[in-house]
Amino acid sequence: MQKIHEEPGMTLIVKTVTRITLGFILLYGIYITVNGHVAPGGGFVGGIIVALSFVHIMLAFGKKVALKRLHSNMLRIFISVAALIFLLMVIGPWEHRYSHIAIPLFEMAIVGGGLFAIFIALVLLSKFDKNSE
Amino acid sequence: MVELHLILLFMIAAAVIAVEVKDLLSGVVAIGAVGIGLCMAFLMLKAPDLAIMQLVVEILSLIILIRATIRKDIPFSVSGRWVFNTASTLLFMAIFLLAAYFTLKTIPAFGNALMKVSRFYIDNAVSKAGSENVVAAIVVNFRAYDTLGEVAVLFTAIIGVLAIARSAGKARGR
Repeated sequence: MQKIHEEPGMTLIVKTVTRITLGFILLYGIYITVNGHVAPGGGFVGGIIVALSFVHIMLAFGKKVALKRLHSNMLRIFISVAALIFLLMVIGPWEHRYSHIAIPLFEMAIVGGGLFAIFIALVLLSKFDKNSE
Repeated sequence: MVELHLILLFMIAAAVIAVEVKDLLSGVVAIGAVGIGLCMAFLMLKAPDLAIMQLVVEILSLIILIRATIRKDIPFSVSGRWVFNTASTLLFMAIFLLAAYFTLKTIPAFGNALMKVSRFYIDNAVSKAGSENVVAAIVVNFRAYDTLGEVAVLFTAIIGVLAIARSAGKARGR
Protein backbone atom coordinates (compact mmCIF):
# COMPACT_ATOMS: atom_id res chain seq x y z
CA MET A 1 0.00 0.00 0.00
CA GLN A 2 2.93 2.32 -0.56
CA LYS A 3 2.11 3.46 -4.05
CA ILE A 4 -1.34 4.81 -3.44
CA HIS A 5 -1.38 7.28 -6.28
CA GLU A 6 -0.84 4.58 -8.91
CA GLU A 7 -3.68 2.34 -7.79
CA PRO A 8 -7.25 2.75 -9.01
CA GLY A 9 -9.92 3.95 -6.70
CA MET A 10 -10.93 7.20 -5.12
CA THR A 11 -8.84 10.17 -4.00
CA LEU A 12 -6.19 10.25 -1.29
CA ILE A 13 -8.60 11.77 1.22
CA VAL A 14 -11.05 8.90 0.87
CA LYS A 15 -8.26 6.33 1.09
CA THR A 16 -6.81 7.84 4.27
CA VAL A 17 -10.20 8.10 5.97
CA THR A 18 -10.99 4.54 4.90
CA ARG A 19 -7.74 3.27 6.38
CA ILE A 20 -8.61 4.90 9.70
CA THR A 21 -12.30 3.98 9.94
CA LEU A 22 -12.11 0.47 8.47
CA GLY A 23 -11.20 -1.33 11.67
CA PHE A 24 -13.83 0.54 13.62
CA ILE A 25 -16.57 -0.45 11.18
CA LEU A 26 -15.51 -4.09 11.34
CA LEU A 27 -15.35 -3.93 15.13
CA TYR A 28 -18.79 -2.32 15.27
CA GLY A 29 -20.26 -5.14 13.19
CA ILE A 30 -18.80 -7.77 15.53
CA TYR A 31 -19.96 -5.76 18.55
CA ILE A 32 -23.53 -5.56 17.27
CA THR A 33 -23.47 -9.29 16.62
CA VAL A 34 -22.21 -10.51 19.97
CA ASN A 35 -24.15 -7.85 21.89
CA GLY A 36 -27.46 -8.61 20.20
CA HIS A 37 -29.02 -10.26 23.25
CA VAL A 38 -28.86 -7.14 25.43
CA ALA A 39 -29.11 -4.37 22.85
CA PRO A 40 -30.85 -3.90 19.50
CA GLY A 41 -29.06 -5.75 16.75
CA GLY A 42 -28.25 -9.31 15.86
CA GLY A 43 -26.47 -11.54 13.45
CA PHE A 44 -28.06 -10.27 10.27
CA VAL A 45 -27.32 -6.60 10.97
CA GLY A 46 -23.79 -7.32 12.16
CA GLY A 47 -23.13 -9.43 9.09
CA ILE A 48 -24.24 -6.64 6.79
CA ILE A 49 -22.01 -4.15 8.62
CA VAL A 50 -19.06 -6.54 8.25
CA ALA A 51 -19.86 -6.85 4.54
CA LEU A 52 -20.08 -3.06 4.29
CA SER A 53 -16.58 -2.71 5.75
CA PHE A 54 -15.20 -4.86 2.92
CA VAL A 55 -17.35 -3.00 0.39
CA HIS A 56 -15.74 0.13 1.81
CA ILE A 57 -12.27 -1.21 0.92
CA MET A 58 -13.43 -2.08 -2.56
CA LEU A 59 -15.01 1.31 -3.20
CA ALA A 60 -12.00 3.25 -1.91
CA PHE A 61 -9.04 1.19 -3.13
CA GLY A 62 -10.39 -0.63 -6.16
CA LYS A 63 -11.16 -4.29 -6.54
CA LYS A 64 -7.61 -5.61 -6.72
CA VAL A 65 -6.74 -4.57 -3.18
CA ALA A 66 -10.03 -5.91 -1.86
CA LEU A 67 -9.65 -9.24 -3.62
CA LYS A 68 -6.04 -9.51 -2.43
CA ARG A 69 -7.26 -9.12 1.12
CA LEU A 70 -10.09 -11.63 0.84
CA HIS A 71 -10.11 -13.89 -2.18
CA SER A 72 -13.37 -14.91 -3.78
CA ASN A 73 -12.85 -18.68 -3.57
CA MET A 74 -11.82 -18.43 0.06
CA LEU A 75 -14.99 -16.44 0.67
CA ARG A 76 -17.13 -19.21 -0.82
CA ILE A 77 -15.47 -21.89 1.29
CA PHE A 78 -15.95 -19.66 4.34
CA ILE A 79 -19.69 -19.23 3.69
CA SER A 80 -20.20 -22.92 3.06
CA VAL A 81 -18.38 -24.01 6.21
CA ALA A 82 -20.32 -21.46 8.27
CA ALA A 83 -23.61 -22.71 6.80
CA LEU A 84 -22.73 -26.34 7.56
CA ILE A 85 -21.79 -25.52 11.15
CA PHE A 86 -25.01 -23.55 11.52
CA LEU A 87 -27.05 -26.46 10.21
CA LEU A 88 -25.32 -28.95 12.50
CA MET A 89 -25.76 -26.65 15.47
CA VAL A 90 -29.48 -26.12 14.91
CA ILE A 91 -30.40 -29.67 13.92
CA GLY A 92 -28.19 -31.48 16.41
CA PRO A 93 -28.39 -31.11 20.17
CA TRP A 94 -27.13 -27.67 21.11
CA GLU A 95 -27.02 -25.76 24.36
CA HIS A 96 -30.16 -23.66 24.37
CA ARG A 97 -29.00 -21.04 26.80
CA TYR A 98 -26.07 -19.97 24.67
CA SER A 99 -27.85 -19.99 21.35
CA HIS A 100 -28.16 -16.20 21.44
CA ILE A 101 -24.37 -15.98 21.25
CA ALA A 102 -23.60 -18.83 18.88
CA ILE A 103 -26.38 -18.47 16.30
CA PRO A 104 -25.73 -14.75 15.56
CA LEU A 105 -22.03 -15.45 15.05
CA PHE A 106 -22.64 -17.97 12.28
CA GLU A 107 -25.47 -15.86 10.89
CA MET A 108 -23.01 -12.96 10.73
CA ALA A 109 -20.51 -15.14 8.87
CA ILE A 110 -23.08 -16.30 6.32
CA VAL A 111 -24.72 -12.92 5.77
CA GLY A 112 -21.50 -10.90 5.69
CA GLY A 113 -19.59 -13.29 3.49
CA GLY A 114 -22.53 -13.92 1.22
CA LEU A 115 -23.50 -10.31 0.57
CA PHE A 116 -19.87 -9.33 -0.04
CA ALA A 117 -19.58 -12.27 -2.45
CA ILE A 118 -22.70 -11.06 -4.28
CA PHE A 119 -21.22 -7.56 -4.45
CA ILE A 120 -17.93 -8.93 -5.83
CA ALA A 121 -19.77 -11.04 -8.41
CA LEU A 122 -21.93 -8.14 -9.60
CA VAL A 123 -18.96 -5.74 -9.77
CA LEU A 124 -16.85 -8.24 -11.70
CA LEU A 125 -19.78 -8.91 -13.99
CA SER A 126 -20.40 -5.29 -14.90
CA LYS A 127 -18.81 -4.11 -18.11
CA PHE A 128 -17.73 -0.76 -16.68
CA ASP A 129 -15.03 -2.33 -14.56
CA LYS A 130 -13.78 -4.58 -17.36
CA ASN A 131 -13.08 -1.57 -19.55
CA SER A 132 -11.17 0.22 -16.84
CA GLU A 133 -8.92 -2.76 -16.27
CA MET B 1 -48.54 10.60 15.78
CA VAL B 2 -48.56 13.54 13.37
CA GLU B 3 -44.83 13.19 12.67
CA LEU B 4 -45.40 9.58 11.66
CA HIS B 5 -47.98 10.75 9.14
CA LEU B 6 -45.55 13.37 7.86
CA ILE B 7 -42.92 10.67 7.35
CA LEU B 8 -45.48 8.47 5.58
CA LEU B 9 -46.36 11.37 3.26
CA PHE B 10 -42.64 11.90 2.60
CA MET B 11 -42.26 8.22 1.75
CA ILE B 12 -45.21 8.28 -0.61
CA ALA B 13 -43.86 11.40 -2.32
CA ALA B 14 -40.42 9.82 -2.69
CA ALA B 15 -41.97 6.65 -4.11
CA VAL B 16 -43.94 8.66 -6.67
CA ILE B 17 -40.76 10.55 -7.60
CA ALA B 18 -38.87 7.26 -7.92
CA VAL B 19 -41.47 5.95 -10.36
CA GLU B 20 -41.94 9.13 -12.36
CA VAL B 21 -38.39 10.49 -12.72
CA LYS B 22 -36.67 9.91 -16.06
CA ASP B 23 -33.12 9.44 -14.80
CA LEU B 24 -32.46 5.94 -13.47
CA LEU B 25 -29.87 7.07 -10.92
CA SER B 26 -32.28 9.65 -9.51
CA GLY B 27 -34.88 6.91 -9.19
CA VAL B 28 -32.48 4.77 -7.18
CA VAL B 29 -31.69 7.69 -4.87
CA ALA B 30 -35.42 8.31 -4.39
CA ILE B 31 -35.86 4.64 -3.44
CA GLY B 32 -33.11 5.19 -0.87
CA ALA B 33 -35.11 8.11 0.49
CA VAL B 34 -38.11 5.79 0.89
CA GLY B 35 -35.95 3.35 2.85
CA ILE B 36 -34.57 6.04 5.15
CA GLY B 37 -38.12 7.28 5.78
CA LEU B 38 -39.16 3.74 6.69
CA CYS B 39 -36.20 3.55 9.08
CA MET B 40 -37.33 6.76 10.79
CA ALA B 41 -40.89 5.44 10.99
CA PHE B 42 -39.62 2.26 12.70
CA LEU B 43 -37.66 4.39 15.18
CA MET B 44 -40.78 6.40 15.94
CA LEU B 45 -42.80 3.21 16.49
CA LYS B 46 -40.15 2.06 19.04
CA ALA B 47 -38.71 -0.79 17.01
CA PRO B 48 -34.94 -0.14 17.06
CA ASP B 49 -34.05 -3.64 15.82
CA LEU B 50 -36.05 -3.13 12.68
CA ALA B 51 -34.71 0.41 12.30
CA ILE B 52 -31.08 -0.75 12.37
CA MET B 53 -31.89 -3.59 9.97
CA GLN B 54 -33.71 -1.27 7.57
CA LEU B 55 -30.93 1.35 7.61
CA VAL B 56 -28.12 -1.12 7.01
CA VAL B 57 -29.93 -3.13 4.33
CA GLU B 58 -30.92 0.11 2.62
CA ILE B 59 -27.32 1.35 2.48
CA LEU B 60 -26.01 -1.96 1.17
CA SER B 61 -28.70 -2.32 -1.48
CA LEU B 62 -28.19 1.31 -2.56
CA ILE B 63 -24.44 0.73 -2.92
CA ILE B 64 -25.03 -2.49 -4.89
CA LEU B 65 -27.59 -0.81 -7.14
CA ILE B 66 -25.45 2.24 -7.85
CA ARG B 67 -22.00 0.69 -8.03
CA ALA B 68 -22.61 -2.73 -9.49
CA THR B 69 -25.65 -2.62 -11.71
CA ILE B 70 -26.12 0.86 -13.14
CA ARG B 71 -23.58 1.47 -15.87
CA LYS B 72 -25.35 4.12 -17.89
CA ASP B 73 -28.71 5.72 -18.16
CA ILE B 74 -31.07 3.17 -19.65
CA PRO B 75 -33.94 4.79 -21.51
CA PHE B 76 -37.38 3.33 -21.09
CA SER B 77 -40.52 4.07 -23.01
CA VAL B 78 -43.58 5.42 -21.32
CA SER B 79 -45.68 5.75 -24.44
CA GLY B 80 -47.91 3.23 -26.15
CA ARG B 81 -50.83 1.11 -24.92
CA TRP B 82 -51.90 3.73 -22.44
CA VAL B 83 -55.50 2.52 -22.43
CA PHE B 84 -54.48 -0.97 -21.32
CA ASN B 85 -51.96 0.40 -18.82
CA THR B 86 -54.41 2.80 -17.21
CA ALA B 87 -57.20 0.22 -17.08
CA SER B 88 -55.01 -2.44 -15.49
CA THR B 89 -53.59 0.07 -13.00
CA LEU B 90 -57.08 1.17 -11.96
CA LEU B 91 -58.26 -2.44 -11.72
CA PHE B 92 -55.39 -3.51 -9.48
CA MET B 93 -55.74 -0.39 -7.35
CA ALA B 94 -59.42 -1.18 -6.82
CA ILE B 95 -58.68 -4.81 -5.91
CA PHE B 96 -55.94 -3.77 -3.51
CA LEU B 97 -58.04 -1.09 -1.81
CA LEU B 98 -61.01 -3.46 -1.41
CA ALA B 99 -58.84 -6.21 0.06
CA ALA B 100 -57.12 -3.73 2.37
CA TYR B 101 -60.48 -2.35 3.53
CA PHE B 102 -61.92 -5.74 4.44
CA THR B 103 -58.66 -6.91 6.02
CA LEU B 104 -58.01 -3.80 8.08
CA LYS B 105 -61.56 -3.93 9.46
CA THR B 106 -60.95 -7.29 11.14
CA ILE B 107 -57.52 -6.79 12.73
CA PRO B 108 -57.30 -5.07 16.13
CA ALA B 109 -56.70 -1.33 16.31
CA PHE B 110 -53.23 0.18 16.09
CA GLY B 111 -51.31 -0.25 19.33
CA ASN B 112 -53.75 -2.77 20.83
CA ALA B 113 -52.29 -6.04 19.64
CA LEU B 114 -53.65 -9.41 20.71
CA MET B 115 -51.22 -10.81 23.28
CA LYS B 116 -52.14 -14.48 23.50
CA VAL B 117 -48.92 -16.13 22.28
CA SER B 118 -46.51 -13.24 22.52
CA ARG B 119 -47.23 -12.77 26.23
CA PHE B 120 -45.37 -16.07 26.79
CA TYR B 121 -42.31 -14.73 25.01
CA ILE B 122 -42.29 -11.51 26.99
CA ASP B 123 -42.68 -13.32 30.30
CA ASN B 124 -40.08 -16.02 29.66
CA ALA B 125 -37.43 -14.19 27.64
CA VAL B 126 -35.01 -13.77 30.53
CA SER B 127 -35.73 -16.93 32.50
CA LYS B 128 -35.85 -19.45 29.67
CA ALA B 129 -33.76 -17.88 26.92
CA GLY B 130 -31.28 -15.94 29.04
CA SER B 131 -31.56 -12.91 26.80
CA GLU B 132 -32.71 -9.45 27.82
CA ASN B 133 -33.58 -8.38 24.30
CA VAL B 134 -36.97 -10.00 23.66
CA VAL B 135 -36.55 -9.75 19.89
CA ALA B 136 -33.23 -11.61 20.02
CA ALA B 137 -34.73 -14.17 22.40
CA ILE B 138 -37.57 -14.90 19.97
CA VAL B 139 -35.42 -14.91 16.86
CA VAL B 140 -32.53 -17.06 18.02
CA ASN B 141 -34.09 -19.12 20.78
CA PHE B 142 -37.86 -19.61 20.75
CA ARG B 143 -38.04 -19.59 17.00
CA ALA B 144 -34.54 -20.67 16.05
CA TYR B 145 -35.92 -22.85 13.28
CA ASP B 146 -37.31 -19.71 11.65
CA THR B 147 -33.81 -18.28 11.69
CA LEU B 148 -32.54 -21.52 10.18
CA GLY B 149 -35.09 -21.18 7.39
CA GLU B 150 -34.19 -17.55 6.83
CA VAL B 151 -30.49 -18.36 6.61
CA ALA B 152 -31.27 -21.27 4.29
CA VAL B 153 -33.23 -18.95 1.98
CA LEU B 154 -30.42 -16.39 2.03
CA PHE B 155 -27.80 -19.08 1.42
CA THR B 156 -29.77 -20.43 -1.53
CA ALA B 157 -30.07 -16.92 -2.97
CA ILE B 158 -26.31 -16.37 -2.56
CA ILE B 159 -25.55 -19.70 -4.25
CA GLY B 160 -27.88 -18.78 -7.09
CA VAL B 161 -26.33 -15.36 -7.67
CA LEU B 162 -22.81 -16.77 -7.49
CA ALA B 163 -23.69 -19.56 -9.91
CA ILE B 164 -25.13 -17.13 -12.45
CA ALA B 165 -22.57 -14.35 -12.04
CA ARG B 166 -19.43 -16.44 -11.68
CA SER B 167 -16.39 -15.58 -13.74
CA ALA B 168 -15.01 -19.13 -14.07
CA GLY B 169 -16.83 -20.31 -17.19
CA LYS B 170 -17.06 -16.98 -18.95
CA ALA B 171 -13.74 -17.19 -20.81
CA ARG B 172 -14.87 -20.27 -22.72
CA GLY B 173 -17.85 -18.55 -24.25
CA ARG B 174 -15.81 -15.83 -25.90
